[in-house]
Amino acid sequence: MNELVRGLPPLLAAHLELVLVALVAACAISLPLAIAVASRPRLALPVVTVAGVIQTIPGLALLALMVAVVAGTHGFGVGLSPFGFPPAVIALTLYAILPILRNAITGLRGVDAAVVEAARGLGMTQGQLLRFVQLPLAAPVIAAGVRTATVWTVGAATLATPVGQVCLGNYIFAGLQTRNWEMLLVGVIASAGLAIVLDLVLGAIEHALAQRERPWTAGGVLAALIVLVLAVLPRLGVADASAPAVAAHRAAAKVTHLRVGAKTYTEQYILVEVLRQRLAKAGIAADVAQSLGSTVVFDALASGQIDAYVEYSGTLFINEMKRAAGTPRWRVLVDVEAWLAQRGIRSLGSLGFENAYALAVKRPTAERLHAKQLADLAPHAAELAIGGDYEWFGRGEWASVRATYDLHFARTATFDPSLLYDAVARGEVDVISAFSSDGRIAANDLVTLADPLGALPPYDAMILLGARVADDPDVACALAPLSGAITVDLMRRANLMVDRADDKATPAAAAAWLLQAAHVPDGC
Amino acid sequence: MIEFAAVSKRFGADTWAVRGVSLEIAEGELVAVLGESGSGKTTLVKMVNRLVDADEGKVVVAGRDVRATDAVQLRRTIGYVIQQVGLLPHLTIADNIAIVPTLLGWTPAAKAARVAELLTLIGLPDVGARFPDQLSGGQRQRIGLARALAARPKLMLLDEPFGALDPITRVALQGELRRIHKELALTTVMVTHDMVEALTLADRIAVMYRSELRQVGTPAELVANPADDYVAKLMGMAKHQAEQLAGVTG
Repeated sequence: MNELVRGLPPLLAAHLELVLVALVAACAISLPLAIAVASRPRLALPVVTVAGVIQTIPGLALLALMVAVVAGTHGFGVGLSPFGFPPAVIALTLYAILPILRNAITGLRGVDAAVVEAARGLGMTQGQLLRFVQLPLAAPVIAAGVRTATVWTVGAATLATPVGQVCLGNYIFAGLQTRNWEMLLVGVIASAGLAIVLDLVLGAIEHALAQRERPWTAGGVLAALIVLVLAVLPRLGVADASAPAVAAHRAAAKVTHLRVGAKTYTEQYILVEVLRQRLAKAGIAADVAQSLGSTVVFDALASGQIDAYVEYSGTLFINEMKRAAGTPRWRVLVDVEAWLAQRGIRSLGSLGFENAYALAVKRPTAERLHAKQLADLAPHAAELAIGGDYEWFGRGEWASVRATYDLHFARTATFDPSLLYDAVARGEVDVISAFSSDGRIAANDLVTLADPLGALPPYDAMILLGARVADDPDVACALAPLSGAITVDLMRRANLMVDRADDKATPAAAAAWLLQAAHVPDGC
Repeated sequence: MIEFAAVSKRFGADTWAVRGVSLEIAEGELVAVLGESGSGKTTLVKMVNRLVDADEGKVVVAGRDVRATDAVQLRRTIGYVIQQVGLLPHLTIADNIAIVPTLLGWTPAAKAARVAELLTLIGLPDVGARFPDQLSGGQRQRIGLARALAARPKLMLLDEPFGALDPITRVALQGELRRIHKELALTTVMVTHDMVEALTLADRIAVMYRSELRQVGTPAELVANPADDYVAKLMGMAKHQAEQLAGVTG
């Protein structure tokens, strides 16, 4: 717990920075827009509608969309990184526009027409009218909109973790995936606490506005607060924006620093620790960017945002290369490595285990249905419900397995991977898309069904190195000995150490255990 | 002081707000523009401080075509009072009165002296630190008057200034308007739909009906020689009311 709390300030600071930049940007966009359209109903309606439509896009989807937009426009032509801060702050800004815009328009329209007419008749210019009359009178309503946006943005910012932005979501995602409820709670409480504190600060300012105490003083206090916080932030250890540039500068020299990535589940948290610990032993420091989205992480490697991570052959084969299932395991590995080589990415070969999709059922279910392989499910499928992770029902394997074995299930349900095993154990669903290296298959006494026709492609775990470090001998010496060293049994046990409810290990501890148990030799 | 020369204002294709009005107002006069709602009387007066611009004809104020002046600068030289007063609710009474001096860049000392002088003039010397919602309707209208007078305009425009007040307050304020008008040697144009107010207060009355100016004259002239049926009916009604009143009061 203490360690969790000690790790909090950098996350909190990065979270706060993200929220404040997004809010300031949203105000800078919304207020002029509101002033421009408030007196023009024909313009106001479409503008508010567009902002409303943006608001209806789920937060996670909007964030993922911004990664694609920033990447597609090459960082809007100025080379903004498509990962981390830029897409996160753009998405959150878009998210915060609606409440501010809507309240500002309502506030400006609510100003008594007689007051405006009198002010014009006294000889105020359009700007003076705005400054001395309309904005001060609309200020309480505008402040209420900013408050709403603040609370929303603090919450939505926790979703920025999968696009590579450090924030309180790191605790929430990692806590959920590794069933570390303490970590999850610390993340949630910190996020809620931040929302409450910001809401109270803005509430005090709003109160001051409503009390007709000098509104410009209150605005000044807010501005001072933002400047203060942003000035203090870098000292709390927030990654600075110049990091990629520094990394690029070092490219020519000896590699002493790596950025390693991980996807959003336990095995990846452990393996990224394995990489980090091996690199550390070789005197190479590594930053960990964890909880990256599954496709985000490969794009991050291809574009040089990260230098290494562990990928699975089938994922690239199906998702990136768009090849069909039914290809033998060795052939998939060879084709994937050739495809990667064309992109300047080096594979260090299979770690020695597969983390493939496998359909799993409870042992009693398997016995009742006499099911040993996938074809045995076909006659009963119409009465069975199947659960999958976020990706499963959208993936080629799902179509492939249905077509190959003629499976037509009664119902499908999507779960977070951490909840999937519970769902089948409790009878919520009958079949799940399990991962073959997951320790919870054995722990929950599940049976995986054989796939003799090869409908599910092989998923060899492999270390990928980005172009910057692909040919570096020190990095290769540190990581290459891992190839072939990790058996599926070792990986399952390491996964279970983290996933089990009692006597949980941290991913770092599980990684240390794994390295020792696998007898990985030091150096080349 | 003011000259309307064949001014017209259209709203939409063929809806006339004001049509072909010519009228001269001399310095020092108090002229009431009398008419029912929708007659164009407010639009006509707003052409003087350019809250409305005429489509045809021209308006001359103090020898200058208003279209050739900067609207904002023009308004700062003309006092303007409306029925709803329109005090800024977030400013004190003193700050409200000092708006035009502030816009004109007066020093704080000059503003404070002027505010005190005006508060005394309207008989409310102690309300400077209060906010508008702490005053009665009649007090607010006095403040509106003081605010319009702050930068010592020679010309005042009042749009139904006493329309929302109770009769006793209204009569008191009418008397004060007349006094201030004389004391400060103002030229005043007052829009009203209240015939008694026009007859008792104005030097001359301009009767507007259906966007047109029907007759201009002193109250006595209008009563003695109404120019058309509408003016005759209006004046007949005033006489009838006066007789009824005399009957009641004996």
